Formats: sequence, structure tokens, C-alpha cells
Amino acid sequence: MRNKLATQSLFELSAAGRRATTFPESDVGAGPLDELLPAEQLAESPPPLPELSEPTVVRHFVNLSTLNMSVDTHFYPLGSCTMKYNPKRHERLARFGGIGDLHPYAHPEDSQGMLAVLYDLQEMLAEIAGLPAVSLHPAAGAQGELTALLVAAAWFRDRGEERTKVLFPSSAHGTNPASAALAGFKTVQLNKSAGGLVDFDELVSQVDDSTAVFMITNPNTLGIFEKEIVRISQLLHDHGALVYIDGANMNANVGITRPGDFGGDMMHYNVHKTFTGPHGAGGPGAGPIAVRDFLADYLPAPVVQKTGEGYELATPSRSIGRMRSFFGNVGILLRGYFYLRTLGASGLKDVAEQAVLNANYLKAKLADVLPVPDGEWCLHEFVASAKRVKDERGITAMDIAKRLLDYGFHAPTVYFPLVVPEAMMIEPTETESMETLDCFAKAIRTIVTEDPEFLHSAPHTTPISRPDEVAAGRNPVFRWTPACDS
Amino acid sequence: MAYLLNTEDQQQKMLESIGADSVADLFRGIPDAVRVEGLLRLPPALTEMELEAEVAERAAENVSAARVCFLGGGAYDHFVPAVVDEIAGRGEFYTAYTPYQPEASQGSLQAFFEYQTLICQLTGMEVANASLYEGGTAVSEAAFMAMRVTNRHTKVAVLGSVHPEYRQVLETYTGNLDCEVVTIPTPDGTCDLNRAAEALDERTACLIVQHPNFFGCLEDAAKLTQIAHEVGALSVVSFDPISLGVLKNPGSYGADIAVAEGQPLGIPLQYGGPYLGVLASKKDFVRKMPGRIVSEARDREGRACYVLGLQTREQHIRREKATSNICTNQGLLALRATVYLSLLGPQGLREAAELCCRKAHFAAEQLSSSDEFDLMFDRPFFKEFALRCRGGAAAARDRARASGFDVGPELSRFSSMGSAFTDEALLVAVTEQRTREEIDELASVFNVP
Repeated sequence: MRNKLATQSLFELSAAGRRATTFPESDVGAGPLDELLPAEQLAESPPPLPELSEPTVVRHFVNLSTLNMSVDTHFYPLGSCTMKYNPKRHERLARFGGIGDLHPYAHPEDSQGMLAVLYDLQEMLAEIAGLPAVSLHPAAGAQGELTALLVAAAWFRDRGEERTKVLFPSSAHGTNPASAALAGFKTVQLNKSAGGLVDFDELVSQVDDSTAVFMITNPNTLGIFEKEIVRISQLLHDHGALVYIDGANMNANVGITRPGDFGGDMMHYNVHKTFTGPHGAGGPGAGPIAVRDFLADYLPAPVVQKTGEGYELATPSRSIGRMRSFFGNVGILLRGYFYLRTLGASGLKDVAEQAVLNANYLKAKLADVLPVPDGEWCLHEFVASAKRVKDERGITAMDIAKRLLDYGFHAPTVYFPLVVPEAMMIEPTETESMETLDCFAKAIRTIVTEDPEFLHSAPHTTPISRPDEVAAGRNPVFRWTPACDS
Repeated sequence: MAYLLNTEDQQQKMLESIGADSVADLFRGIPDAVRVEGLLRLPPALTEMELEAEVAERAAENVSAARVCFLGGGAYDHFVPAVVDEIAGRGEFYTAYTPYQPEASQGSLQAFFEYQTLICQLTGMEVANASLYEGGTAVSEAAFMAMRVTNRHTKVAVLGSVHPEYRQVLETYTGNLDCEVVTIPTPDGTCDLNRAAEALDERTACLIVQHPNFFGCLEDAAKLTQIAHEVGALSVVSFDPISLGVLKNPGSYGADIAVAEGQPLGIPLQYGGPYLGVLASKKDFVRKMPGRIVSEARDREGRACYVLGLQTREQHIRREKATSNICTNQGLLALRATVYLSLLGPQGLREAAELCCRKAHFAAEQLSSSDEFDLMFDRPFFKEFALRCRGGAAAARDRARASGFDVGPELSRFSSMGSAFTDEALLVAVTEQRTREEIDELASVFNVP
């Protein structure tokens, strides 16, 4: 049952004198604080945070949670995001005493269990990538990209090569060009598409001796495997450049094909996509990278090494340094480890196979209403086009996406990639049943017959209707103030 | 382990409807030459029971966690109220995606809006983003933000008393750019104001200060802010969120960008992450900010609601011209911080801060009365302090470990980062969770009666 009080802000619930958490009395004396700290450094009063009782806090946030769609409650076919089920056992295991409460500066002798697990994860990720050297350090996929590009830059620098360009196709995730720019490279976008794939001739025309890295997502954002990937990689290697594989779509590859085997020199994983780290409404993630042996010495510190008796943290000899403080997003990495340990090699291959089966089934179910312009069969996801529905009935991809919320489905990714008009990028993942996919297809088939005017104003049953984001951007408000009330 | 839902029969029906002979058929777009033959070499699959037993065994080997924790250096053993775990453990929050669909994400969006407000209240700053990865990258993102605001891209200055790992991150992030990182040495534990003034010039985008600093000491952040402003540079202050229960906040002395490691705000230690990167600034700089920001909006019925704001700063729209490459942030950790601050309120935060401060001073007094230790710096400190150990820091730490305590880190692990990082130097952090009895017992290991 929806609770109307749910949307009251935390600050409106505040009343002077209320409180939840209290602390024990000081057992080491309670003299004036200015005997310990200089008076000029002390605040006159504590920060003006809201004053709330514990039941109020609990009810507030539990009620807020009911305003969300989530994987636990809804089918979430967001293309490129791999919104698969997040196993509950991972949550319990990550909190175990000795794991959840282990300090990052624990002595290596006192954290051998953790180091062993992280070492094993490095090994597993190397095997899945077909690339021998792994760093678990990066905090998320985008940081993995940046890390790998800095590794590449350091490697070229050591070889005395001045390479300034990073290439990527127009269908690349925005993080690719953003990471390349942050790493100090000039970005070059390839704009042509050959049936949804990289246009080899355009690539040939852009690759030269100043090319450092070609960044490519494979399968690409259309869910199609770059069938010329070996030739593409060879072209880059012939020019002395490196190939970076964006691992966002690894759910189609795991156990089937390996970036290292199809020509990639570096890649990142999104543990929060492929290996079930929960998305947490935006994060945290973990973005480990895997690289070829000749790049191993440049990986960021620390990496886990095996010693005679156990494990230790080490800094590679030509390390680019640190990308963040401490080891990495261990809590998320562990969820990936737990997942892989429960799957094994055969279970991992099942993941890719069932994800691809589900995607193709849904694609076939929708083919007559939302055709897919490129490719016969897709891999883990497909990009359908609502162009015909728009031309015939004035119903846009956005209308369908918003109306799906009323039917109890999260919207797919829309208007990306740009190469498909009225794009709807759909990734069902392997953790959905045929029955759910049937219901989803039925909902879409119904929606495209509904009154277009009714659809333009959808959704109709969610806690709010479509916000006016343009107006919100004109005079934006980023924090609550008492004046907000009036 | 079964995460799959479709029965053999269903799979057959699905293949028929696709028009494929087998699942393998669907992969025929992948050239044979690059297919995995057979299975990868991975450990055999475990059941939940087996996995749990194995993880318990590994966890037991992490004996550090069973010791009384005086470890610090940027991650601290603060108390986490049960409500924080319960709320963050709700699947509706932790299994949701980034709230790009506001109609289906008001719960998270409102929580992040409240997070931003709480961070503003805590810091005295005007606007906060919805989180970055952690404290180290928050410093680097702040430096890049300062370069955009000042349009000075060739120099940033950082105090030697800033967390050595944050400084290393800054060096890595700027490693392939034409930007000089000038480190102002702090051999006496805090920054000499004259040295800071000498290091800054009209090219400097910002001065980065940590207060309380890595050694636990209080910097004169107010004066350092003035010094930065004198040359038109921004003042970037990395703060400890708990310290703001008693210390003046960055907004009060005119800091331009305030950043923090948010781990103390209800986030478990979990061997270094995921933690929470906090970033807040003056309102005028908001369009130069990295990362997601939630803003208030109205829906079609005029109801107040929340959306992701100013998205044209971000990589998914602006691509190579974005204010940062960050996409995934730390939403779930921002939620934890929001719940934590809601539970503590102003009085709770003050109590936590006072307890840390009093207990740290008690511990410093006890330990420095041992013949084996001196306080390294004669400077005011908050909840952490550096000891000079006559017999070496590693030996002192080993003795503590052998008696059921863990202290540290030894500063020698950062030996390349400045003259204060010697073999004798050992950090000791004391949170509100430590008792007088524990502190006395630790001191008795070092012959304090």
C-alpha cells in the first residue's frame, strides 16, 4: 500500500530534540574541548542536520524504497546494463566477520584469506579474458578504461613512441571518449556503420602511426559480434597500436569467446553487470582490467602475488601508480568471486547461452511490431526500432518505454545507439523466464495499439508522471531549503 | 548453481520460435577461430553450502578483523547503526539501476537529493553531487574541476600532509597531461604558511589541503584558503566527515571545493571499498562539477519530484567534452551515509566527534608515556596521531598484534612520499568504539603501568 507520507522530505520530519543514535558517556573524562583543540578551530554549534527519531527514519526510507523499480521486484530489460538477478547469498557472505570488517591496512599476514580470494579472482578473470595479467584495482568500468589507457600511454612512452590518438566507433559508450580525453589523448570517432558493424575501410583511413588505441565493444551495442574483429585487431597491431575491448557486453562472451583470443590487448570487466554486483541505484561497481603480458609491468598498484607460503600485495615494476586509495572495490569484487565459484566453467557458459537464447526469443516475439534493422540473430541484446510505429501511429520509442512502466516493466534503454532510429535497446539477461518474456512482448504488442495521446502522457500509474526536465534545468534546485516548503 | 529459469521444454519451444536448431546456432556470428574449445579452466562449481563453508574458512584466516582496531589512515572502525544495514539491504534500493527513469526511481532520487542536502548542511557548502568513487579520486576530480573553473590547466599544488595515496592518485591522473603537481613539504606535521604562499602563483588552479591531515593534525585551513585566493587559485579541502561534529566546516572559512572519504558515515571497512567520494562546492561552480547531481522538478500534475539534473555535463551526452569520465558512482553508499546522518543528527555527530577526539587524546597521552614512544608532531590533532617508535614502527606494530591489537599503518609503507614517512613512524587511530580499558591494555603492552 502506498503511503502518502512517504514523499515528505527528511527535513520536514525534523523536530528539535528528537534523536535516534546515542553514544555511551565518555570513559576518559569530559573536560572542555578547547583544552584539546584550539578554540579558533571549533564550530560554535554542530551542523544543522535534521533531528529525527529512529522509527521515523526507518519508515521514511522503507517508504521511499517502495517508489523504486528494481531487479528484485520487476523485469528490467535495460540494454547494455545487464540487469540480472543478484544472488542473496552474496550479500550474506560479503558481510561475514573477517571480510566485511577487515581494514585495508590489515597486515598481509593477518589477511591471507582475503588475499587468497583476490588472487583466485585475478586468475579466474585472466582465464575468462584470455589475457594473463589482471588488476582488480579500478573502481568501475570507466575507471578501468582510464587505467588501461594510462597503461598504454606509459608503455608507448617507454618505447619512445609518441602516439596521440584514440579511435572508437560512434556506437561506443560515452565513457570511451571521455576516458580517452581524460588520459590526454585526442579522440577520433568513426561515424560509418556497415550493417551495424565497424566500417573497415573507414578504420583503415583513420589508423596511422599516431594511433595509440582502438576502443571497441564486442559484441557491440547492437548486440552483434564484430565478425571482422580479428582483421581489425591485425590492422591495429600492424600499425603498432593496441586494441581495447570494452567489456560491458561480456555477458554474451563468457565461456564462449575471449577478448585475448580475438585480438584484444586490454579490456575491463563490469563486475556489477556480468558478475552480479548489485547496481545500487547507480553504484558501486568494480572495473577490473586484464592485459597482455607485455603490459603487466605497467598495471596500477597493488596486485596480489603468490609467495612461497602465501600471498602478498605487490607493485608492478613499471606501475602507472594508483588510481584510487586502498585495494579496490573489494565488496563488489567478492560478489563476482562468489558468483564464479558457484557457476564453474560449465555454469558460466550456460550464462552466455541462456542470455543469448532469451534475447533472440524476445527479438523474434517482437519482430513484426518492433523490427531490428541489423543482423539476423543477436547475441545478449538487440536494438529494435520504433520508427514504423512512429511513422504510422505517431508513437515514439519514449512513449512505449514510459507506458511499459504502467505494465510493471522497467523501460529499455532508448535512443541509444544513435545509428538506429527510435532505438529501443533490450537486454533481457539469462535470469528471466520465458513466461516473463511472453508477458513483456504482450505488453508491447498492446501498447502499440493504444491511443497515441494516452501514450504521450504515460506513465499513468507510477508515483509521479513525466517530469518537466527542461524546466528543472532552467533554475535547478539541488538541495532542500526551508523555503522549498512554502 | 541454478540461476537459470527456462526448462528444457521451454528452451526447445524458444528455439523453434526463433527458427534456430540449437543454442549453439545462435552464436554462429562468432568466427570459429576465436571460439573457446570445450570449457574454460575454472574451479569446479560449489553449492551454496559448500561456498559458505569455504568462505568461512577464508574469513577466519583474516585474523586482523578479530583484533581491537586502532588502524586508520583514511578508513576507520566507526560504529554502524543497525538501521543503516537494514535500509541499504532492501532490494528495492540495492538492485535498482541508475535512476534515469524518474517515474520508476523516485525512492532513490529523493534519497540522493536528501544526501546532497545533508552534505551541504554538514560542510556549509552550497551544492553537493550525488557521489564519486572514494576519497582519493574525489581529490583528483576536484583538481580537474578547479582547472575548469579557473581555466588554469598546468599546475596544481598539494600539501605533503594530504593522504599519500590521494597524492599518488593525483599524480597518476595527471601523468599523461601537461600539468605539474607541486607538493608542499610538511616535515613538521602541518603546513608552514609561508611555504604554501611561495609555492603558489598565477598559474595554480588550486591548493589541496587535508584537514585534519593524514597525520591526524589540524591544518590552518582558513589561512591556507586565503593564501590560495590571493593568487586566484581555488581552495580544495579534504575533510573527515566525523570531525565536522566539532570543527568549523569548509564553507565557514571560504573553501571552494570540499571533498571527503565518506567511509566513516556508516560504511563497513570491507578491505578498502566500496567507499564514498564526497564532493561539494560553491553553487557558481555546479556546471563544472563531475558526476551525477539530482535536482528538484515538477511532474505534469505539478507535483514536486526529483530527476538527474544538468546531464549535459556528463559523458553519456557530452562524451569527450564531459566534466569527467565517471558513469557508475556510489549510490548505495550515498544512501548509507544519508541514513547514518539522519540517525545521528547534530547531537549524535557531535557526540561521536567528541568521543573520538577525547579517546584519541587519552590514548596519545598513555602511549607517549611509554619509554618506547614519542608523539611525532607537537600539533593539535583530532582522532589520529603519529608515534615515533624508538624500536621501529614495524616492531611496535608486531608487538601490538601479538597481544590482540592492531595499530597503523606504519608510515614507511609510503616512504617515497616525504621525509615524515620514516621507519619509526606509526599512525594510531581511535574511534568512539574504543574503550578506556582497551586503550589501557594497548598501553600496557608497551610497559605503561
